[in-house]
Amino acid sequence: MDVVQRGGGELFTSPDPDGAREFFRSKDKALAPKVMSVRKAVERFIRDGDYLAIGGFGANRIPTAVCHEIVRQKRKGLGFLGHTSTHDFQILAAGETFDRCDVAYVVGLEARGLSPNARRYMESGKVRITENSNYGLSLRLKAAAMGVPFLPARHLMGTDTFAYSPASVVTCPYTGKKLVLQPAVYPDVAAIHVHEADEFGNCRIRGIHISDLDLARACKRLIITCERLVHSDEIRSDPSRTAIPYYLVDAVCEVRYGGYPGCMAHEYFSDEEHLHEWLEVEKDPEAFASFLQANIFGVQDFSEYLERNGGMRKMSRLRRMELRIRAEEGRCGQE
Amino acid sequence: MSKHNVMEQMICAASRLLENGATVAVGTGAPCAAAMLAQKTHAPDLLILFEAGGVAPILPEMPISVGDSRTFFRGVMATGMCEIMETCQRGLVDYTFLGGAQIDMYGNLNSTVIGPHERPRVRLPGSGGANDFASFCWRTMVITPQDKRRFTRQMDYVTTPGFLSGANAREAAGLPAGTGPYRVITNMAIMDFEETSRRMRVISLHPGFTLEQVLENCGFELLVAERLERTDPPTEVELQILRTQVDPAGYIIGRA
Repeated sequence: MDVVQRGGGELFTSPDPDGAREFFRSKDKALAPKVMSVRKAVERFIRDGDYLAIGGFGANRIPTAVCHEIVRQKRKGLGFLGHTSTHDFQILAAGETFDRCDVAYVVGLEARGLSPNARRYMESGKVRITENSNYGLSLRLKAAAMGVPFLPARHLMGTDTFAYSPASVVTCPYTGKKLVLQPAVYPDVAAIHVHEADEFGNCRIRGIHISDLDLARACKRLIITCERLVHSDEIRSDPSRTAIPYYLVDAVCEVRYGGYPGCMAHEYFSDEEHLHEWLEVEKDPEAFASFLQANIFGVQDFSEYLERNGGMRKMSRLRRMELRIRAEEGRCGQE
Repeated sequence: MSKHNVMEQMICAASRLLENGATVAVGTGAPCAAAMLAQKTHAPDLLILFEAGGVAPILPEMPISVGDSRTFFRGVMATGMCEIMETCQRGLVDYTFLGGAQIDMYGNLNSTVIGPHERPRVRLPGSGGANDFASFCWRTMVITPQDKRRFTRQMDYVTTPGFLSGANAREAAGLPAGTGPYRVITNMAIMDFEETSRRMRVISLHPGFTLEQVLENCGFELLVAERLERTDPPTEVELQILRTQVDPAGYIIGRA
């Protein structure tokens, strides 16, 4: 294949499948219990300088507790896979935890607007940035999950997104057409929030899986947070529902409402008030610093954060919104 | 029914371009409102896809995120991003709707940076799925208000391909044949792209706007169709459905 053009974006991780194979060969694949606290999981499996990826889709099924804990433990120098990363990105940017980033979608919170603090951080010159698209990053994960160094696609060509990407344009040996090659990305560590997991890390996801099936297979270390721990017999009673098998997983943390303030399909809807509060308070760096102190640095763990932000009463309301159940005191989500 | 605003006009104009039985990949905001309105009026069999994995939802209300639970509410499938994007790449998806901070005469879009990439004046979210959808879907539609800064001659960055430098540049670059920008729907008019040069061309004026206003509020030279149409205003039925079923809280139509 002739390389026609190379994107100028920095490649932050090696796409070499043999390096990854060596790692996966030596990874412990024992069927062993892995239940631990989020604090311990982050202490053990996320190191300064790691290249990190977060599952879900911005403010949907994100492992918020892990993002908070990374900030609380003051991890620095991370690389980050910005694959439609919205509230998770906002949290990690608040801690200035990363200094290089593959961008498909960051800084924004979709229809809610842009994060002022994440914008400032990305404009500060402190972060090395390589561009891509959502499918581009999905495909980079898929290549890694397949154990191959790249996968082809027919996008990016002719744009600046290509010029600032790590992709290449080649000539297809079969059709003579131009193709983009997206290099595999093997994150050092990832965190994914799921509906159910057993103590060994077998996971079930309800609803869209976005890119998490490939992410779980591409990353070297994987922290799972789950809404509920279930007995392993439950997993084995219907193995067709397992999205992530135990041998990919390093830690399992039970975090009820762990995707808050994002949406968790079939469980609870997003807390738009609180997400709006983040966007508002970020406008003033001093106010934001005390907000972070109150919500992340000054709390022990995620359950204390939930307590601070409405606790079970709020969670019940978000749950009724998601399940479309009207409560006696008024219409669901509007009382 | 009270007089419509420009956002309602834009959404209705976009909605009418989606024929029954078509497939469309949408994001949140005005595009989603247009698709919902089409589904509730003339196009009940419109197949709606969301990039995070939602397929053919019966949208109960406007999603806030293209990955929230409404995007697959009572859908036929909840899948992942590769499946959706590859459905587009295989050629099954007719339309997509996009927007951007800048657009040029060839329909190229910028949603990445204002200023130089190395030290931007404003960092914007980036491509998201825009580059993918615009590369793969047959027809790209853009819904955006127009002014001289947004409709620019000088793009700071091309995030998402339109017709690139015009004529056959898009296919020459390697993007799938027969794809590209189809319509631009602004607060004032509807534009298409002239077949040879692939330059943006005014084809229809919304009620209350003149050609002079459209040309004045654009930073590049617009072509003008020989026979200029008048966009029909929103009908009573469209407005009622838009205001009571699609966006009762006024998240989108309340912005205008």
